[in-house]
Amino acid sequence: MIETLGLTAERCIELLDAGEISCRELMAAYLERIEREDGDLHAFLRTRGERALAEAERFDSEGRSGLQGVPIALKDILCTRGEETTAGSRILEGHLPLYDAGVVTRLRAAGLVPLGKTNMDEFAMGSSTENSGFGPTHNPWDRERVPGGSSGGSAAAVAAGFAPLSLGTDTGGSIRQPAALCGVVGMKPTYGAVSRHGLIAFASSLDQVGPFALTVRDCALALAAIAGHDRCDSTSVPLPDPIAVPDREDLSGVTIGVPESLLAQGVEPGVRESFDQAMRLAEGLGASVHEVELPHAPYALPAYYLIAPAEASANLARFDGVRYGLRLEEAGDSIIEMYGRTRARGFGDEVKRRIMLGTYALSSGYYDAYYGSAQRVRTLIRRDFDSAFAGCDVIASPTSPTVAFRIGERADDPWAMYASDVLTVPVNLAGLPGISIPSGLAEGLPVGFQLVGPAFAENRILQVAHALEGAIAFDPTPPGMREAAR
Amino acid sequence: MSDRYEPVIGLEIHVQLNTATKMFCACENRYGAEPNTLTCPLCLGHPGVLPLINDGAVDRAIAIGLALNCEIAERCQFHRKNYFYPDSPKAYQITQYDEPICGEGHVDVDGSRVGIVRAHLEEDAAKLVHAGGSAGRIAGAEYSVVDFNRCGTPLVEIVTEPDLRSPEQAIAFLMLLRTTLRTIGVSDCDMEKGSLRCDANVSVRETGSDRLGTKTELKNMNSFKFLGEGMAAEIERQIGVLDGGGAVEQETLHYDPATRSLSSLRSKEEAHDYRYFPEPDLVPLAPSHRIERIRAELPELPAARMARFRDELGLPQQYATDLNQEARVADYFEQVTAAGADPKAAADWVLNQPGSVDTVPAASLAALTGLIAEGTITSTIAKQVYGLLEQDPGADPAVLVEREGLASIGGGGELEAMVDKVIAENPGLVEQFQGGKEGVLNALVGQIMRETKGRADARQVQQLFRDRIG
Repeated sequence: MIETLGLTAERCIELLDAGEISCRELMAAYLERIEREDGDLHAFLRTRGERALAEAERFDSEGRSGLQGVPIALKDILCTRGEETTAGSRILEGHLPLYDAGVVTRLRAAGLVPLGKTNMDEFAMGSSTENSGFGPTHNPWDRERVPGGSSGGSAAAVAAGFAPLSLGTDTGGSIRQPAALCGVVGMKPTYGAVSRHGLIAFASSLDQVGPFALTVRDCALALAAIAGHDRCDSTSVPLPDPIAVPDREDLSGVTIGVPESLLAQGVEPGVRESFDQAMRLAEGLGASVHEVELPHAPYALPAYYLIAPAEASANLARFDGVRYGLRLEEAGDSIIEMYGRTRARGFGDEVKRRIMLGTYALSSGYYDAYYGSAQRVRTLIRRDFDSAFAGCDVIASPTSPTVAFRIGERADDPWAMYASDVLTVPVNLAGLPGISIPSGLAEGLPVGFQLVGPAFAENRILQVAHALEGAIAFDPTPPGMREAAR
Repeated sequence: MSDRYEPVIGLEIHVQLNTATKMFCACENRYGAEPNTLTCPLCLGHPGVLPLINDGAVDRAIAIGLALNCEIAERCQFHRKNYFYPDSPKAYQITQYDEPICGEGHVDVDGSRVGIVRAHLEEDAAKLVHAGGSAGRIAGAEYSVVDFNRCGTPLVEIVTEPDLRSPEQAIAFLMLLRTTLRTIGVSDCDMEKGSLRCDANVSVRETGSDRLGTKTELKNMNSFKFLGEGMAAEIERQIGVLDGGGAVEQETLHYDPATRSLSSLRSKEEAHDYRYFPEPDLVPLAPSHRIERIRAELPELPAARMARFRDELGLPQQYATDLNQEARVADYFEQVTAAGADPKAAADWVLNQPGSVDTVPAASLAALTGLIAEGTITSTIAKQVYGLLEQDPGADPAVLVEREGLASIGGGGELEAMVDKVIAENPGLVEQFQGGKEGVLNALVGQIMRETKGRADARQVQQLFRDRIG
């Protein structure tokens, strides 16, 4: 059976094209590896087993090309028709959606075969996947550490060789941060580039679906399969250019901006060192580097933690036990008591914390001071980026100020947990595309390098990331797993 | 009501739009289907669904705005109105808040101007059915069930200024509004089906004061009659409170037409905090480019048509108003006049024979009025001919008159001869009349009318008697 650890989607396609392996064999290899290794990691909440095999086999019998027959893992926040979708929450345990999410329809049209649903922080609220209603996911690089979050399961799945590609969602860094902590590539597209139809909403004005992969080229392949206008999402728009698989090897003529003042605080020395090394490599490839200012970026985190909970407080109000999901009721309960009982048990602490924060921020008399101010900050941050991009092509920073932290280390300190997102959140507030690629190791753990571009400059950041990836030459295989594979 | 106080009334009217599909999903928008058969993941508020704006509803909202002389917004935005209740599957209603599609406007009713504050688009809630209690009300019900067919029906909410000064004026406004909305074809405005619903904000103040008193809100009456009764009862109640030295408290009231009593639904302290915020799933609308197309497609509005009937056709105001309660009646009236009928005569027939619009072709009714005007038949006989027309709508009234021998008697000295004969045969009555008993004339005329079976013109016969024995 083929070794899936370190196997890229492009290599899968080569093997399938050459007839060296069948779609069924490929799928079976991934499922077998998940079966063997995921007990410790808990990247998956569910795999599709026989169904995935049957779908793969159809491509063997009917003929295939392109991405057809390549497996992909889906964050459990994406609705799959007739197949359990929980958003990591007990309140949706057993929920069978009546329809496929827009991205699921698209990736199926491209022939990608979903192999299962990955673990996540409940309703995508968290930066460690510890807030899952179904237990945490462990980092393939160190089982004692978190994989990041909220799309920790999808990041860990790709790092551990459980899937060549996966999808996550990114509201404040939920793709880029776990990609960084697991040593894989993860991309958040421009707001509106990918359909949110069937993505169980956390914060509607910030949520975007995006891919995880081992390489930037694989990431582009997956993004090309899911991006584009969907008439079921009013906020989605047609892309100005199709997503292209990058092939650039040098960075001559490219100007990279670095927001130095933003990096002055909280970035671990090992992370900083890896970042500086990557920037030297970029210069070596011909890029010119200069400092840019994002004067309002320090206000991004507080603004984000008003806007996102406010939207979440409305988005999560529908989980009331009336029509689907968990319902807890005792004899004599009024409907309000039934709501209370269901929500008290169905939601975890972080979700409750954010519902309360958001409800408060929208309350009569506080709206202007909180939600209103946060929206004004958001406008200022967007303008900061506009000004910065007048002088550079892309903006670079570390993705996360730290490497993967220990499970439990920040669980009781929400503000320390929120600080994980300090470098990713401004990008969501501005609606811009961002990618995280591994820039190396610090303390033996992966460090993420973030590139951000103007709206709809996905192809530009993919080209820069690809060129840099070649120079960095990171080995994405977690050492423990390498030995196990041998 | 004493003259010391003056009622002040403002209305909030919800109109269900007659679009083919719902406001934000593709479900059929239809009244009367089996419960919970017109639903989908979207209008049931399933996880992950996103609303999509119904263009037809936007067009209808603009048409309403134009008909009410509103400013149409260059940009408008949807908001979420948050509340927990089983009729709201998302636990928020998508509505409009500070950027409605239609801004200030006005409607003139019986010579006074009623200001429109705004008209905005939103979605209707599901329908709760309370079972096991009395009269379908929540109080005393054993349990409640939800029908989501109505959930997501497009609504326009119209808010008036507190410009109305009596229940009668409020009802007149609503009747004009209803006929206007029906004429522009945006809603069937059927209160029994709930496609037109009205809440009234009622307060009273000392006559002449320019301050507003504390208002109460009368909820959702299902007929104009009950709404009028409810408002009158509430005005009386408030005056009683003020006369007794008390103060009106802000509350929401229900009027029970069976007992003619008002009951409180909730007080101000229980008012919700709806935590409005802009709906992030929808991009703001910029509807300006639609306005001119929609304006061009609008038919003549009832208010303008009423004025035209009054000023150009010379009809009394009441006729002009009555003819314009339904567009098809006004249309029919115009067809009858176009076929040659005198407007006043046509209006008489159309209003006195409300079935005519459905049975008698306009040309036939016009021909009938023509026969009266030229003296071929009397108005008494005309009713008989109309009866024949109802049974045989395609017939030519002139042919019917000929066939049934209903033409007036009057020419060729025939009537004079009959009058002379009656005078000769009734000397006693003639003597009484000549002795000053005017009433006797009717008895004499009656003999002619009986003999001619109504084909004689009673006034002409009277005159003939007067000429001879007066």
